[in-house]
Amino acid sequence: MNTVTAPEYLPDTPSSSPTMRHFRAEKFDFWSFFFSGLTGLATLFILGILATILLNIIVNGWSGLSWHFVSTIPKKDFFDIHTTGVLPMIVGTTFRVIVMTIFVIPVGVITAIYLTEYASNTSIITRIIRAAVNNLAGVPSIVFGLFGLGFFINFIGKNLDVVLHNTNAVWGQPALIWASLTLAVMTLPVVIVATEESLKAIPPGLREASLALGATKLETILKIVLPQALPGIMTGGILAVSRAAGEVAPILFTGVAYYMASLPSHLSDQFMDLGYHVFVLSTQSPNIDQTRPILYATVLVLLILTFALNIVAILIRARVRKKLRALG
Amino acid sequence: MGIHRGHKARPVEWLAEKFIFFVSLSAILMVLLIFLFVAREALPVFFGQTNTALVQKPIPPEDLDKHSPAELEAYLEITPDQFAKMSKANLRDLMDVKVEEQDDIPDNFRDDPDARINTTQWKYLIQPHQWTDYDKPEYIWQPVGQIQKYNIIPLIVGTLKVTLVGLFFAVPLAVGAAIYVSQLARPRVREILKPAIELLSGIPSVVVGFFALLVMATVLQSIFHYQTRLNAFVAGLALGFAVIPVIFSIAEDALTSVPRAYTQAALALGASRWQTAWQIVLPAALPGVFAAAVLGFGRAIGETMIVLMVCSASVMSWSIFDSARSITTTIAAEMAEAVSGGPHYRILFMLGALLFAATFVSNMVGDFVIHRFKQKLEGKR
Repeated sequence: MNTVTAPEYLPDTPSSSPTMRHFRAEKFDFWSFFFSGLTGLATLFILGILATILLNIIVNGWSGLSWHFVSTIPKKDFFDIHTTGVLPMIVGTTFRVIVMTIFVIPVGVITAIYLTEYASNTSIITRIIRAAVNNLAGVPSIVFGLFGLGFFINFIGKNLDVVLHNTNAVWGQPALIWASLTLAVMTLPVVIVATEESLKAIPPGLREASLALGATKLETILKIVLPQALPGIMTGGILAVSRAAGEVAPILFTGVAYYMASLPSHLSDQFMDLGYHVFVLSTQSPNIDQTRPILYATVLVLLILTFALNIVAILIRARVRKKLRALG
Repeated sequence: MGIHRGHKARPVEWLAEKFIFFVSLSAILMVLLIFLFVAREALPVFFGQTNTALVQKPIPPEDLDKHSPAELEAYLEITPDQFAKMSKANLRDLMDVKVEEQDDIPDNFRDDPDARINTTQWKYLIQPHQWTDYDKPEYIWQPVGQIQKYNIIPLIVGTLKVTLVGLFFAVPLAVGAAIYVSQLARPRVREILKPAIELLSGIPSVVVGFFALLVMATVLQSIFHYQTRLNAFVAGLALGFAVIPVIFSIAEDALTSVPRAYTQAALALGASRWQTAWQIVLPAALPGVFAAAVLGFGRAIGETMIVLMVCSASVMSWSIFDSARSITTTIAAEMAEAVSGGPHYRILFMLGALLFAATFVSNMVGDFVIHRFKQKLEGKR
């Protein structure tokens, strides 16, 4: 007959271990230790990559930063370290992100309100909207660029020109507004998802109390739900802005210019862009060793700008939260 | 009082609800519009309405009435809209220009069989062809010059090459980190690690591309001693950086959503933390981890700037130490040179539609798997 051996974790004989030592949760196991270590190393490695990229840029870019650099409009040959500057790129990137925000926030927030406050989770239309949002989030950024060219410029812009300007090319060419709209379509899912999350976090009791006091559904949403959700909407805005500020592919065909002598002043102007400038400097430079300091400084400005926008938004969010708390 | 009387009692409420509903349809509208307008520009390629053959049989302007509008549109390379707007005199002028163009073709092309080929036919887009002066049939993407070659296979191979290198690098790292952060790390450490790793997604891809181009390419070449400094290997690793945060957050989410009862039961039976994570939690979360990899794949084939900055030459080669040109790169680099409405422009849009379809499928698969997985964990299945 087979003898049944006791599992390892049971003491062989009660007398041999008067203490409960055998019942430690983990016996030392080499392979467990080894593989746990590996996953820890993977984590460390990823953090190492992040730190290397950031440190490399800060260390090499710091010396190139000066007031002159960020406040100068460069001459046509912007590869010269003494006369170059990035003012038009900072202005261009900021403008396109601001115009984008004006379009994407209302649409994103209203969609999120529909999904959480009005829609039933099981209806087909809700499921299609959700699937569309998920899909929009996964469309490659270059396809958004093609879409901007095919839809905004070649379709809407050209037709606007026919109606308004007697077919002179005003809107039917790459422009700030088309780049911003393309980015707005791209960041729509970011705003929707973040807003929806914050709407869901509001206790249903608040809505029920409001409705019970005689407020209509619309009043409840406008006066009770939205103010509570404001920090979440801000977060959505921040995420959308920081995503859009660094994107280059969608604006390649929809509005960015290699060089412009003046700052953009109209929505139908083209603009220079920090991210695109990084691309130009690193791939089209006649002498990469001479361009290197400008390049690092420009990359640093791009990173600082995305972080600065983030910090401003985080500060606003903190104030909103404080206010809400004061209201009780 | 208090009786529901439909929208007549509260027209504002009713209007607001309808307005909110219609605005929320915009996400669906956008997906449809993207597909419609990217495909619209590519349609002539699908229907074989583009013709790149250099030497064509000229139609004398006098024969204008002998041909159908469709034939003339294809011959003159104009859209039906443009055709409808033109008078007969305009059409004759265009046909005159066409005849003159044919007369101007250099003599050396007249005997070249390649010059009579319409290279935008599907046959030439996907099958190898033996061009004049080549020893064997080859896959060539060469959209400039007199005879433009539009074989898309080198681009697809280039895309897969870079993407697979990126995923081989990113999936183990991201899943390993997800296991560590969700299962092994202490809660306080987890609170720091998770946002820190997700910060990687905040670095714009143009910055990652810049870093790969200036720093990584040199360092990696001095380690591995390969020939081409900028190749699919460097691009793939850089691409890996960009997809690590995507895979990490989805995989971490899947691992965390495995019920605590599983973990506690395993630990109570004496399994170590690693054994629990590897033999209990990971198998339970496997669909979620798989979905993370699929969504990472979708993100990787769509990434543009990194590959654009690191790789450029379109060579047909499976070696990862050769250069590679991905679909995204080709669109980004060549759209500015392509004549609006010309065959090159159309084919670039066709590549965009292809890319959209590929990411659409991988997103659908990823989302479907995650949905099923969550339902299963909630016990609905």
